[in-house]
Amino acid sequence: MKLYEHEAKKIFRDIGIPTPLGEVVTSVEEAKRAYARLAQRSVVVKAQVLVGGRGKAGGIKFASNVEEVESAAKTLLGSEIKGERVGAVLIEPKLDISRELYLGVTWDRSERSPVVIASSEGGVNIEGVAKTKPDAIKRVHVDPEIGFKPFMGRLLASSIGLTGRVLQSFADIASKMYSLFDGFDAELVESNPLALTSQGEIVAADARLNIVDDALFRHKEFSNNSDERLAEYSVLERKARQLGVQYVELDGSIGIIGNGAGLTMATLDLIKYYGGEPANFLDAGGGSSEEEFMQALSILNENPNVRLVFVNILAGITRCDDVARAIVKARISLGMSKPFVIRLAGTNEEEGRRILAASGINVYSDMDEAAKKAVEAASKV
Amino acid sequence: MAILVDESTRLVVQGITGREGGFHAAQMAAYGTNVVAGVSPGKGGLKVLDSVPVYDTVRQAVKEAGANTSIIFVPAPNALDAVLESIDAGIRLTVIITEHVPPSDTWRAVNYAARRGVRLIGPNCPGVISPGKAKVGIMPASVFKRGGVGVVSRSGTLTYEVSLQLTKSGLGQSSVVGIGGDPIVGTGFKDVLEMFEKDVETHAVVLIGEIGGDAEEKAAAYISEHLSKPVVAYIAGRTAPPGKRMGHAGAIVSGTEGTVEAKTKAFTEAGVAVAKTPSEIPALIARATRR
Repeated sequence: MKLYEHEAKKIFRDIGIPTPLGEVVTSVEEAKRAYARLAQRSVVVKAQVLVGGRGKAGGIKFASNVEEVESAAKTLLGSEIKGERVGAVLIEPKLDISRELYLGVTWDRSERSPVVIASSEGGVNIEGVAKTKPDAIKRVHVDPEIGFKPFMGRLLASSIGLTGRVLQSFADIASKMYSLFDGFDAELVESNPLALTSQGEIVAADARLNIVDDALFRHKEFSNNSDERLAEYSVLERKARQLGVQYVELDGSIGIIGNGAGLTMATLDLIKYYGGEPANFLDAGGGSSEEEFMQALSILNENPNVRLVFVNILAGITRCDDVARAIVKARISLGMSKPFVIRLAGTNEEEGRRILAASGINVYSDMDEAAKKAVEAASKV
Repeated sequence: MAILVDESTRLVVQGITGREGGFHAAQMAAYGTNVVAGVSPGKGGLKVLDSVPVYDTVRQAVKEAGANTSIIFVPAPNALDAVLESIDAGIRLTVIITEHVPPSDTWRAVNYAARRGVRLIGPNCPGVISPGKAKVGIMPASVFKRGGVGVVSRSGTLTYEVSLQLTKSGLGQSSVVGIGGDPIVGTGFKDVLEMFEKDVETHAVVLIGEIGGDAEEKAAAYISEHLSKPVVAYIAGRTAPPGKRMGHAGAIVSGTEGTVEAKTKAFTEAGVAVAKTPSEIPALIARATRR
């Protein structure tokens, strides 16, 4: 679960990481009043969205008088950034930045441990720096027996060329960011840029805190308003999340349901391989019941881009007869009239095949043959 | 031979009185796996599946039933505790089926296992099967057949699909290992490849990867250095859009790293044939083993 910038900044401030002191507003009038209260000439107006790449998409505006604040708020509020509606903006004093640093904590899969990452070349191009100048990125891996110790922060600060008081405050912020990572069960804690101001202070100009969804059971304080955090998803993607199935919308016309993420991804790839375009990724999960499978079908029924539904099930825990009954029911009770191409194999395959045959639906047992048929049939719908 | 599990496996099922644990304990026993005990705290003294004793602790399962391998079906909030208990009791191989285990918990378990010199597989994995010998997992037994192809995969159902296609082509499997789709897992591709290289029953290896991360690239580097046996790879997720998450926490593409193209390039350079579809795998294996 991603937190908004202003929420992450509040958590940063609470633990003692310096951030600009701003205000979150949801209307143009409030924005003007907040500007007056800040009593700073130059401010930055930042769209509060969860999608990445906000700056490059025009979500950050600078202003140096009330008219500019008004115009920035008017442009941003209610607009869409990469498909996500902007419901609030954060107004902050503009920092006098002499250098943009980077500091982040995340999981390193190959080292199987958290990694604290620092660079003296922060800013929007950090990913480019990682590719072209890998030496400019410094890392410290963390051992659970030891944790992240103050000397590790000093080591990072020193390795990116910091000295004196700045080295000390950078090291202190690194320790605090690691504490947040550990305490919140995060998958990412990051400040980019972490600003070094002309006055020699280090301030988190941006803040990110993403909590691992699987650890939310330990952080009930975030469970109340989980709906508003789904702003980056479409209506059907939100419905899928509530049903507990993995669903991602794509640009094509062939609706796809599989069981298991790997098999469903391979199904999309196969459709593409035979010249078709998948409309979505939908993993109904292992062991879904008849009712759960029908709910999954209802998502594709409601997606107007789906012209044909390709069901690919290799049943282990899932049972083919449950899937077959769900399909028959969906056609009756949901009035689902979209054509189906169905591949069933595994547990109770014969029973599933019989149920569908009774409703006049043909079933394939080979994945390739079924995928070819789906692409061919979709081109005629 | 085969790897990880075989006739010498003496299995304890942690969470045997739960719905999933109970169902799969029965399935594994029916396959011929030597299920010697179950653990369910507070339910010690029970007997399940006619004669399998249930204990309160893994320590008792080791002492009284001689368990040497554990499979964990305990729900995610208590999974870390269950894994640590298994390691503490001296179990040499622990397979964690549980999904949704927080990575910070897996990290602590992996660290403890490394210090005690024991192996973890998973979490969020289908387990391990050595066809005809033992099944320590949740996979449908019918798709597998005993033979000489080792299979290692980050995926669950896709592993069954590939095994089914191998079996239909007359290519049996020595062992099939699902390492799990989470960002942090106990055993990686490299460890399993090393075991397959040493296993006399394994003549060729199929590696099933996914987009995201760099596990496949690292595996490719390992293969070119250390493997004499032929390897065929398949990578799922060609059509996944950048930045979107498709099910597994592992399957995230960001920028150019972790794409199918990058992984295909790494495998091709390591002399590994990359199948474009799962159904190409049997032919590529047959061709590679003829040489």
